[in-house]
Amino acid sequence: MRILKNFRWWLAGLVMLAPCAMAEQGKNACVDCHSKLEGNLRVVVEESAASVHGHKAMSCTTCHGGNAEAEAKEKAHGNGFRGRISRAQVTELCGSCHADGERMKTFNPSLRTDQLALYHTSVHGKKREQGDERVAVCTDCHGVHDILPINDPRSPVHPVNVASTCKQCHADGDLMKNYRLASTQFADYSDSVHHEAMAERGDLSAPTCSTCHGSHGAVPPGAASVANVCSTCHVLQAQFFNESIHKEAFPEGCATCHGSHKIKHPDDNFVGLAKGAACAECHSADDDPGRSAQAIHDRLSQFEAQIKDTRGLMDRAASAGMDVADAELEVAQAKDALTKARVRVHTASLPRVEAELNAGRTVAIKAHNTAEEALRERTRRRKELLIPVTAFLAVVISLGAYIRELERKQSD
Amino acid sequence: MNAAARVQTWIDERLNLEEALSPLREKTVPVHRHSAWYFLGGLTLFLFGVQLLTGVLLLLYYHPSAGEAYESVQNITNRVQFGWLIRSLHSWSANLMVFCAFAHMFSVALARAYRKPRELTWISGVVLLFLVLGFGFSGYLLPWNMRAYFATKVGTEVAGQVPVIGHAIMVFMRGGEDVSGATLTRFFGLHIAILPALTIGILISHLMLVQKFGTSVPESVEQEWEEHPDRRKEMRFFPNFFLRELMGWYAALAVLIALAVFLPWELGTKADPFSPAPPGIKPEWYFLAQFQTLKLIPAHILHLDGEVLGILGFGLGGALWMALPFIEVLAGARRVRWVRAGIIFAMIFLASMSVVGYVAR
Repeated sequence: MRILKNFRWWLAGLVMLAPCAMAEQGKNACVDCHSKLEGNLRVVVEESAASVHGHKAMSCTTCHGGNAEAEAKEKAHGNGFRGRISRAQVTELCGSCHADGERMKTFNPSLRTDQLALYHTSVHGKKREQGDERVAVCTDCHGVHDILPINDPRSPVHPVNVASTCKQCHADGDLMKNYRLASTQFADYSDSVHHEAMAERGDLSAPTCSTCHGSHGAVPPGAASVANVCSTCHVLQAQFFNESIHKEAFPEGCATCHGSHKIKHPDDNFVGLAKGAACAECHSADDDPGRSAQAIHDRLSQFEAQIKDTRGLMDRAASAGMDVADAELEVAQAKDALTKARVRVHTASLPRVEAELNAGRTVAIKAHNTAEEALRERTRRRKELLIPVTAFLAVVISLGAYIRELERKQSD
Repeated sequence: MNAAARVQTWIDERLNLEEALSPLREKTVPVHRHSAWYFLGGLTLFLFGVQLLTGVLLLLYYHPSAGEAYESVQNITNRVQFGWLIRSLHSWSANLMVFCAFAHMFSVALARAYRKPRELTWISGVVLLFLVLGFGFSGYLLPWNMRAYFATKVGTEVAGQVPVIGHAIMVFMRGGEDVSGATLTRFFGLHIAILPALTIGILISHLMLVQKFGTSVPESVEQEWEEHPDRRKEMRFFPNFFLRELMGWYAALAVLIALAVFLPWELGTKADPFSPAPPGIKPEWYFLAQFQTLKLIPAHILHLDGEVLGILGFGLGGALWMALPFIEVLAGARRVRWVRAGIIFAMIFLASMSVVGYVAR
């Protein structure tokens, strides 16, 4: 632990060297010396110059003080020089600029300046105030000399990288033991539908750690506020859940059935009484709610099968060259109704799910009829084709006979 | 005298049709082992007639604007009585017409029917083929679907590669820098007014030249007839040959209807200029050879742009093809076999490149 602690001290110290490379290239005495040093005192000029601070032409002295123009070490390290900046100093040092609205406006007027205030409300900030030096400070998440804008995919706090950044500490079982926290969140999240959306489908709006927990003001959402967190995206599901009988029964809200980090994509088998269904955890076929849950499952499955059947019919008609554009529209409406009915499952009310399905069934039947009519039309056309084709072939044969007769007469 | 004869006499007394039609009555068609090829010209003409008739019917419901074109074709296909049939007939007939025009041209080329005095007949025929291809290119965009939109984009881009005047040609064709509603309107005007007017004018000249010089006989047959005059056989154009052509036309009509019913021409999805080009976008089969050749040409040949060289090559090829009768004269009698080899090479090249283009992903 001592080594780790020392390493972090050195790491914090490096923050202060960050802008060294950003001073006038070639004339910065900090860079002239520190680019030749080894270990934690070494500054990689290119890395710092490419950082967001480098782009804003900030120099080493912005954080470290001292005199970047002085050649002699004594003079360079004079004038309020802070060579090694402790972890305890990091947040306040960063905040000296980032919490200063007037100053930040000159660099980026749209950048928020409440990060430090939020940090103080976070678990990290509170622990830090209690003297805990292991909790995260600015540099743990954002980096030191190589800090990049959050919309840069290389940044450790870019949405795609946030979970991996949090994992550095939260997947460390030994470290988390000190706080009586589990260290499985990252593994669970990696197996979730949210991670799939983010990592595999590249959907940057998909939730990552900071979406639910906050970033600078990171706190675990309390049991009562879980539903509020989920409802920021899943608005209708939360609304229907709040109207349901389950609202009072499950103070943990959404997490009761869906879990927290390891949230899987729910299918229709998630409802009902079959093995693996959430409802079966509390209900059985012996109680009315259990039978109702099974009925919801059955209705949803039947309707999905109905849409699939219609789709197959439409594909047959389309492959025969028939236009089924109207049915396409209707089947899209039926699919919408199925999606809405699945959302209404959160009401735990069979009649409300049924009402949505009924609307969908009407359009699904229309699509089915349209596809069937297209197939009938195809058959009718093929039968009717025989009339002109037979007539034309009869003309061809008659002409052949006429020509033969004509030429026989001509030769006579 | 029955009523029909009385009407005929009444017209003849005023217009003297009997005299005007007498050359046709005297017209004959040679009969030999290659006579079947003579029907291709008439078949192409018949399919052009089908195009005119079905095209006029489609015009009654088609709306030539980017906002309404696709929907109007959808309306023709789904709502208008027999609209699906007319549209499919128009599309299939167009493809068969292009095929017959190519077959007719190559049969004429292989029989060397372009020899003196039929040079102008050949040139007018080649011009007619280019016009038919113009019909195909301009008509393809009119349903305003995704395939048509992006194929037109690629096609007009190719025209834009022509050195010096390419960009101006592309902008003129598109009615702007990109394919848009303005392009659709231009292509519509070209398809239904300019091209038909030009085609009908040149077609009449072509038919008059055919009438003036008569039907050409392949050299081998000509030689045989000179050696054995008793083997010379001819049939009267009216009614013998014409009735045979009529048989072919009725058979073609039966094939066209069967194709329209069993393989209705698909409409696809509406063009969306902001969406990415669908994968594997290709032009119609009759432009596939050029498309595939341009794809296979290296980016640079001797420091020159490969695509530009390819386009110039096709331009030169087209010009040489049209000048075939004169090239043969310049080449001299001893090099005729090389000209024939060139014709066969052109046919094999176009056919194989079309197949490669069709199969290529």
